[in-house]
Amino acid sequence: MKRPRLYLQLLTYAALVVAAAVVLYPVLLVVKKAFEPGRQFALSASPIPTTLTTEHFADLFGARGGHGELLFLHHAWNSLVAAILTTIVGVSLSCTAAYALSRMRFPGHKAGLITFLVVQMFPATLLIMPLYVLLDRLGLLNSMVGLVLVYATTAIPFCVWTLKGYFDSLPRELEEAARMDGAGAWQTFWRVMLPLARPGIAVTALFSFMTAWNEFIMASTFLTDDSRYTLPVLIQSSVGQYSSDWGFFAAGAIVTSLPVMALFYVLQKFLVGGLTAGSVKG
Amino acid sequence: MLPVMCEVRLVGISKRYDGDKAGRAALAALDLAIAPGQMVVLVGPSGCGKSTTLRIVAGLEDPSTGQVLVDGRDVTQTPPALRDIAMVFQSYALYPHMTVFENLAFALRIRKLPEAEIIQRVEDVARSLGIHEYLARRPKALSGGQRQRVAIGRAVVRQPKVFLFDEPLSNLDAKLRGDMRREIARIHRASRTTSLYVTHDQVEAMTLADQIVVLKDGLLQQVGTPLDIYDAPANRFVAGFFGTPAMNFLRAEVADEGGQRTLRGAGFALPSSTTSAMNKDVIIGIRPEGVALSGAGVPVAGEVNLREVLGAEVVLHVASAAGELTVRADAKADARPGDQVMVYLDPRAVHLFDARSEARL
Repeated sequence: MKRPRLYLQLLTYAALVVAAAVVLYPVLLVVKKAFEPGRQFALSASPIPTTLTTEHFADLFGARGGHGELLFLHHAWNSLVAAILTTIVGVSLSCTAAYALSRMRFPGHKAGLITFLVVQMFPATLLIMPLYVLLDRLGLLNSMVGLVLVYATTAIPFCVWTLKGYFDSLPRELEEAARMDGAGAWQTFWRVMLPLARPGIAVTALFSFMTAWNEFIMASTFLTDDSRYTLPVLIQSSVGQYSSDWGFFAAGAIVTSLPVMALFYVLQKFLVGGLTAGSVKG
Repeated sequence: MLPVMCEVRLVGISKRYDGDKAGRAALAALDLAIAPGQMVVLVGPSGCGKSTTLRIVAGLEDPSTGQVLVDGRDVTQTPPALRDIAMVFQSYALYPHMTVFENLAFALRIRKLPEAEIIQRVEDVARSLGIHEYLARRPKALSGGQRQRVAIGRAVVRQPKVFLFDEPLSNLDAKLRGDMRREIARIHRASRTTSLYVTHDQVEAMTLADQIVVLKDGLLQQVGTPLDIYDAPANRFVAGFFGTPAMNFLRAEVADEGGQRTLRGAGFALPSSTTSAMNKDVIIGIRPEGVALSGAGVPVAGEVNLREVLGAEVVLHVASAAGELTVRADAKADARPGDQVMVYLDPRAVHLFDARSEARL
């Protein structure tokens, strides 16, 4: 390949630097607040703190709730349970659904796919009222099961479409080879297709986990008992109408985002794909 | 390995795809019997229905009508997993996430054979195919030829009732293709497993087959041994499909010259023993080895158009009044493009076809 001209390269880098700055600046302000003393945001627009402190992190990890429990850990546990359950429910249901939608033809096949697409188009805020009523009728308000159900159903349409696309890309001959080798439908799925779909599953698992881990509006609406709060709700509650601890908020936001970043880092090799190399010709 | 010899029969198999607006059948009423232990090669141009036939035997596709019988048992409705038939795919279709060992062992694991037997069988097959040292590798770390060996091994290790080969060598280069062809012939000789082999390569068909089945446009053209097919092609299509360079075809008419039946064409008259009706339009087929630059045959004058040197021999393309003639000649023949030559047609090497139906006369 020919090397692009120097000025074009410089222009490209300049554009990338500007884009990165625009994206990172607000994040840097939060990082700055987390390490800067004081409850209020400083007036300076500089993203570099003048004095450093870890007091907000100490507050965050040291704060205790009404029963003497460590507040942050307690709510991190709530968030973790919600996110992991959502991932398990979402991924297992979307794997099977996506495989069926990719490889089998049955009445309602197309309608099902389109439904999954259409429900994605509604903004989540529109669903809050009906979901609230539903959960209330089912007695699932203020419960982890209810929250996981809501999260999983919001994540599944996206997961199904992503995974269906992934299954579509896997060579049909592999499945036929497995069938010829004596494998039934379930064995073919479990032992051949599913392992090959790992990159796709990693993406959808990450998405499901993030959906649940970062979600705020539904959690704050459906969870009324403050001991059930997930992390985003806990952190938001530190910023009230009458008193706001932005230092606590910033430290909480950063710590909360760390697991997701770590997951991204671990799963990135799957996100690149390339697992099917060598299976069929070429 | 005990020979498992099964008979496979196709009865009135046809296949019509829903999407085909023209309503053409991919296969029309195919009857075929594969004797136990035989290697039958299905051959024909792309879209002739050969792969469809194979996939119907495999159970990967359902026929629109007809039955598939294995050892007299109707398996038409039996899912592929229960037919005990192994298939080697054109694309190899190796499981990419498994090692070579796991690939070979997969079918045995599904059948829940004892682990010791699985190891024994996989190692035996791997050794006989020369892939023993790659057992721990993944398919992507293998060359094309090695992958092909694994694909064949995966079928052999199962000791199935029937082997199916779907153009297994078409992704290999010429040298490897020859090697693997001999390997497949060796495996078939050793196991005597009834085999159905699909290819569009006439050399593979000729060298591997006990019986060749020629298909075109979903219709059976001829079934026979390689020599039957070569020496007595049932119609013009079969005659032209087998043999390199391809057979020459000349238009002629049946005539009578002094009480002797003669095939009269443009610029030649060949004595013939045909009993066809007088004045009938026919097509004369004559292989390039039946046309010579010297000898006792019927002479035809022409001009050399093209000279192809193959080493041991040369192929001359000669334009004559009778039509374009391909001549297989000795490498020492020094005719060059532009030279005027006489070529001699050997009357004994002539195949006769009806000009209208193209069937053998």
